[in-house]
Amino acid sequence: MEYDHILIRYGELALKGKNRKKFVDKLQQNIQHKLTDFPDVKVKRTQGRMFILLNGQAPEPIMDKVKNIFGIHSLSLAIKVENELETIKEAALFALTNAEKINTFKVTVKRINKGFPVRSQELTQMLGGHLLSNTETFTVDVHQPDIEVKVEIRQEATYITSSVVRGAGGLPVGTSDKTLLLLSGGIDSPVAGYLAMKRGVQIEAIHFESPPFTSERAKQKVIDLAEKLTKFGPSIKIHIVPFTKLQQRIFQETPDGYGMTVMRRMMLRISERVCQKENILSMTTGENLGQVASQTMTSMNTINEVTNYPIIRPLITMDKDEIINISHAIDTFDISIRPYEDCCTIFVPKAPKTKPKKDRVNYFESKFDYEPLIQEALEGIEVIRVSDQNKAEDAFEGLF
Amino acid sequence: MIYLDNSATTKPHPDVLQSFQAVSTSFFANPSSIHQLGGQTEKLLLKSKEQAAALLQVRNDEIIFTSGGTEGNNIAIKGIALQHQGRGKHIITTEIEHPSVYEACKSLETLGFKVTYLPVNEHGVVSVKEVERAIQQDTILISIMYVNNEIGSIQPIEEIGELAKKHPKLFFHVDYVQGLGKVPLTLENSGIDLCTMSGHKIHGLKGTGLLYCRNGVKLFPLFHGGDQEHKIRSGTENLAGAVSLVKALRLIKEREAKGSKELAYLHHYLREELLAIDGVSINTPEQSAPHIMNFSIPGLKPEVMIHTLGKQGIFISTKSACSSKDLDESRIIRACGFPADRSKSALRVSLSYDNTLEEIKLFISKLKEALTQLKEVME
Repeated sequence: MEYDHILIRYGELALKGKNRKKFVDKLQQNIQHKLTDFPDVKVKRTQGRMFILLNGQAPEPIMDKVKNIFGIHSLSLAIKVENELETIKEAALFALTNAEKINTFKVTVKRINKGFPVRSQELTQMLGGHLLSNTETFTVDVHQPDIEVKVEIRQEATYITSSVVRGAGGLPVGTSDKTLLLLSGGIDSPVAGYLAMKRGVQIEAIHFESPPFTSERAKQKVIDLAEKLTKFGPSIKIHIVPFTKLQQRIFQETPDGYGMTVMRRMMLRISERVCQKENILSMTTGENLGQVASQTMTSMNTINEVTNYPIIRPLITMDKDEIINISHAIDTFDISIRPYEDCCTIFVPKAPKTKPKKDRVNYFESKFDYEPLIQEALEGIEVIRVSDQNKAEDAFEGLF
Repeated sequence: MIYLDNSATTKPHPDVLQSFQAVSTSFFANPSSIHQLGGQTEKLLLKSKEQAAALLQVRNDEIIFTSGGTEGNNIAIKGIALQHQGRGKHIITTEIEHPSVYEACKSLETLGFKVTYLPVNEHGVVSVKEVERAIQQDTILISIMYVNNEIGSIQPIEEIGELAKKHPKLFFHVDYVQGLGKVPLTLENSGIDLCTMSGHKIHGLKGTGLLYCRNGVKLFPLFHGGDQEHKIRSGTENLAGAVSLVKALRLIKEREAKGSKELAYLHHYLREELLAIDGVSINTPEQSAPHIMNFSIPGLKPEVMIHTLGKQGIFISTKSACSSKDLDESRIIRACGFPADRSKSALRVSLSYDNTLEEIKLFISKLKEALTQLKEVME
């Protein structure tokens, strides 16, 4: 006997009324997409439930992939057997003995097929007795069991599930349009991207590079970070903006202390143009209130002045350790701390203004016509697409 | 040629050589160089750790590439001893360890460490109870091999791991060089802190190996320098070696999944045939790794048999290659309680997944032939 399918439960989706179908379709599509490496595995829907049919594939790698997909409340390994008492007993025993780290259990029976000869309550007792007499270490706890062996007798077959694995929660990525994530390479921005994805948003990323002041490796870092995020959604398009000329000019033209503010405003201006071109409706940043000079309330107010697009700031009120915890959980921390300069750490004024005044900034910006340099940067954008499939780079193919 | 000395070393797999050459040709830059060539090789290095970690089901940062088994064992044992000597100076190991563990422990004795060398039973297996009894307040390390290299006995690593979990102050090191690809071992949640593996025993290249070092375990490095490999093993990374090792690891895992039944059958066949020969005593216990068969022909100098078979293109060995030049008796077989005529006349056949039944049959018949001839001479 072995587990032959995975039952998928989607909690919050149930609340979405008329849009429900759209959400569920998207979820099914996302799951199918994540499992393209497993051609035998099929994703099916019947009567308001979603199943992954394993068709002989071992369940562990599938569970590992699927538990990161947003929009899933929980998952359970399940066995489908015929509506036959002895087989049901055997399957229930399998479900119990294959669960890990448990001491107590309870059996629940749902008899949807009223033609099945044994009534629910009687069957519950029968199965409980069968499990107890065939095992040694388990005891029954009907109030707070470590595991609930659920038996559901339907017309076509009986389904048996046991351990419930928490899903990633949230909404299926792609059901809330797109955002442009400002991805620097630090700890915060990938976490912000992850949290946006959790609410169903698909992301594209934008990164500003200033070679030769920043290196190839800083860029690689951003690519690696984006790749980590694809674990939670579809492939990600990264727009890499050549920023050197514009950045150098900003720091030449702007009095010390205001350079950083102008630079941030330029980044938002360029990001907004990319949004317009790519039909993206918002931007997402890893800004965190009070963390650095550009993230004070006054700074954000002054910097935000240049765009009307909504800016999603998932980390805005978090503490740094909360952010770091998430970055460990999503496996981006070790990449983020690679020690390469990015465009935000070069040319930093000794004392950047924490309360930059709007009129001053506007005055400084008016002294030089940046438009041609902005245009040049936009035209020089390099687009890279990363995904979590076929991860082995072509260059490394066959080596392992 | 019939090669039956796979526990000494194995023939490199052509794909492994190909990977080594491809990496040496195309990715030769130093991963620490900051130019893009260095960036690329650094990426390849990270990738190889990722792949190795996936194959062993551990974290990427728990992989340390080494030059092989001897280095892995030395880094682990001396690294723990030197780093944690403030906590205690007692080490537990067994009498049947490979010289790279045994001698490393002996050397630490000269630095003031106390070492308990646990005995084994007639099957070459250490008792978990005795390990438990040997643990003292100041014990900092238990180092026990999984599969013995001379007789193939399997140590109760899982149980010792559980025991080690109950003593959080000490570390548990496993020399897994002979077991890799033959006897499965789970590292995650096993109580194992350090685990040595080698490339050339699994059709990889000499000079490649890895040490699993559980996240959070601190070692005093034996090589200081540019802080490569999490500062545990400085020195420009042998990237081609590392990549080729990962390839060898992947290939052996595939062979293990497909060929373990056949190998066990060959092993069983070999035992039955040897048992039927008059004058042959088997030293490998019933419960053993599926690739090592050690036997003695009391009264016959083992090297005479090695040379007789060698002339006919059949290659086996006396005890372990690492100490074969020392023509004295086998420390391991002696430790199992066998008399000197057994421990001085031991021969070892060690298989790989490439060996066939025909080869074993031929070996047996040549062995019998040789025995008849030699007996005439001896009498």
